[in-house]
Amino acid sequence: MNLFRLLPFALRRLPFAFCLFAAALSAQAPPKRIVSLVPNVTEILFAIGAGPQVVAVSNYDVEPPEVRSLPTVGALIDPDTEKILSLRPDLVITYGSQTDLQGQLTRASIPFFDYRHGGLDHIMVTMRALGARTGHAEQAERVARALQASIDAVKARVAGKPRPRTLLVFGREPGSLRNIYASAGRGFLHDMLVAAGGQDVLSDIDKESAQVSTEMILARKPDVILELNAATRLNEADLKAVVDPWLTLSSVPAVRNKRVIILTGPGMTVPGPRVIDGIEKMATALHP
Amino acid sequence: MSIRRRIIIVVSGFAAFAVAVMIWAPTVGSTPISLARAFDRSIAWDDNVDAQIFFVARLPRVLAGGLVGATLAAAGVVLQALLRNPLATPFTLGVSAGASLGAMLAVTMRLELSVLGVTSIPLASFAGSMIATGIVYALASSQRRGLSTNVLLLAGVTLNAFFSALILFVQYLADFAEALRAIRWMMGGLDVASYFPIVAALPFIIISFAAFAMMTRTLNLLSVGAEAAASRGVEIVRAQRLAFISASLATGAAVSLGGPIGFIGIIVPHLVRLLVGSDHRIVLPASALFGAAFLVLCDLAARTLMSPLEIPVGVVTALIGGPFFLWLLVKRS
Repeated sequence: MNLFRLLPFALRRLPFAFCLFAAALSAQAPPKRIVSLVPNVTEILFAIGAGPQVVAVSNYDVEPPEVRSLPTVGALIDPDTEKILSLRPDLVITYGSQTDLQGQLTRASIPFFDYRHGGLDHIMVTMRALGARTGHAEQAERVARALQASIDAVKARVAGKPRPRTLLVFGREPGSLRNIYASAGRGFLHDMLVAAGGQDVLSDIDKESAQVSTEMILARKPDVILELNAATRLNEADLKAVVDPWLTLSSVPAVRNKRVIILTGPGMTVPGPRVIDGIEKMATALHP
Repeated sequence: MSIRRRIIIVVSGFAAFAVAVMIWAPTVGSTPISLARAFDRSIAWDDNVDAQIFFVARLPRVLAGGLVGATLAAAGVVLQALLRNPLATPFTLGVSAGASLGAMLAVTMRLELSVLGVTSIPLASFAGSMIATGIVYALASSQRRGLSTNVLLLAGVTLNAFFSALILFVQYLADFAEALRAIRWMMGGLDVASYFPIVAALPFIIISFAAFAMMTRTLNLLSVGAEAAASRGVEIVRAQRLAFISASLATGAAVSLGGPIGFIGIIVPHLVRLLVGSDHRIVLPASALFGAAFLVLCDLAARTLMSPLEIPVGVVTALIGGPFFLWLLVKRS
């Protein structure tokens, strides 16, 4: 009787067991045709030596330069499932929220690697996991260790120095102080700031980012305002136009002491191998 | 009691309430400040955090809230009378969709220009609202000699839907961060942190309010019906044209200042009518004053309730406005 009762349950679990089996099978042979829908994971794949296995990337992939000649297959919200299937991948890198795509891949028995952004450490975790999955465990381990070592070197350099209270801004309405978005108490931007020797003025807000009002900035009195700007380089006039709106808040120590610092470069917010450049820039800005 | 006395008494009552709210609102916020310090001229401006919180963060915000609230509520009254439809809002005739499309394009095309301290997004949204108004006006006045309110309504609603589709399309093509920024703009925000945008919106709003003030009697007649109004000597087409253009101009300026903040233009007029009756000589000024106070209070809730996080003010007005609107619908039927 009991056995009969268990039967439907076992049957329901069967596809799951099959998936595990399929995953175990595919884990044995490293994938030869990888489709990556997550740009920063693409960068990681190339860094750990899995670049030659990548056959297609997302619409937003630009780094490393090799990916620019690869076919593109949509992105986070609009993956081109048909095109992905037609490329006959044996591994697809998906973002955690792409559950529809993951369902379709499962039905087509194509294995996928489920990625989600995490903190700074998660970059090394992802490197090692992808290394194991793509047959580059050794190189991934080397790259992860090297990245960790350079992060630790920055940490050591700033250790013991006073940590300036910092507001890390990554978006606002151009030319004004409206709709300011800043990194808050968790996530990889927050981790980068802490590694670079800053103290996040929004660390009490348990979110990756928060919209901050001018009142909150005035009240929290950051010593430094770091603002990320996607431009590769800003000339003097552009820089002035970017900094000028902040002068309204002249009682904020960062503004008064001219420590509103614009960090340029599109790679600043990519959780991949280039993250160390961003941390270095932040550390130099915070501890000149 | 003569109507003149009644107008004076009721309107000054609403004015007193609005003024009280506008004086009280900047004294409270997410951070406690010392008012004595804020008004102490002997402390250097650059050292006076309390003064900067009061004069940079809060006062422009309250003034913008008052201006936007008054404008949207008054424009709501005018459009409800013009279209003879209690469900009309300042956004019914496509103004807000045009403004949103303008803002969306400014965000995605990374327009960075500034005219007299007014930045690209408000400029583009104002331009968008005026283009939408122009299209609706041209459509409504093309068929007949007059201005057909039916066509006005249909054209407005259709243009709203069409522009919304364009907005979605542009949003789909945009980068993630850009799409997010544009969506945030559509939730409304009054943290302007500067007096320039307020001053820039003011002339348009003053002109429109002058037009509103001249047409309160006409609105009374129009809300009864075009024929009845015509028989009482109202030049229908001229009156409708003036009402539509001034309401759209005011709404466009208000939306460019605070974003498309919903529900003000419908809750406030209805609430005021429940309180004071339907004579536009009272409803119009009372709605403007009550709208100002209401939006300032909503924004106060937006900036303090979840502090240190902020709730977008358009979300607050919709959270209050949605249930109220449904209650009104049920009550009317």
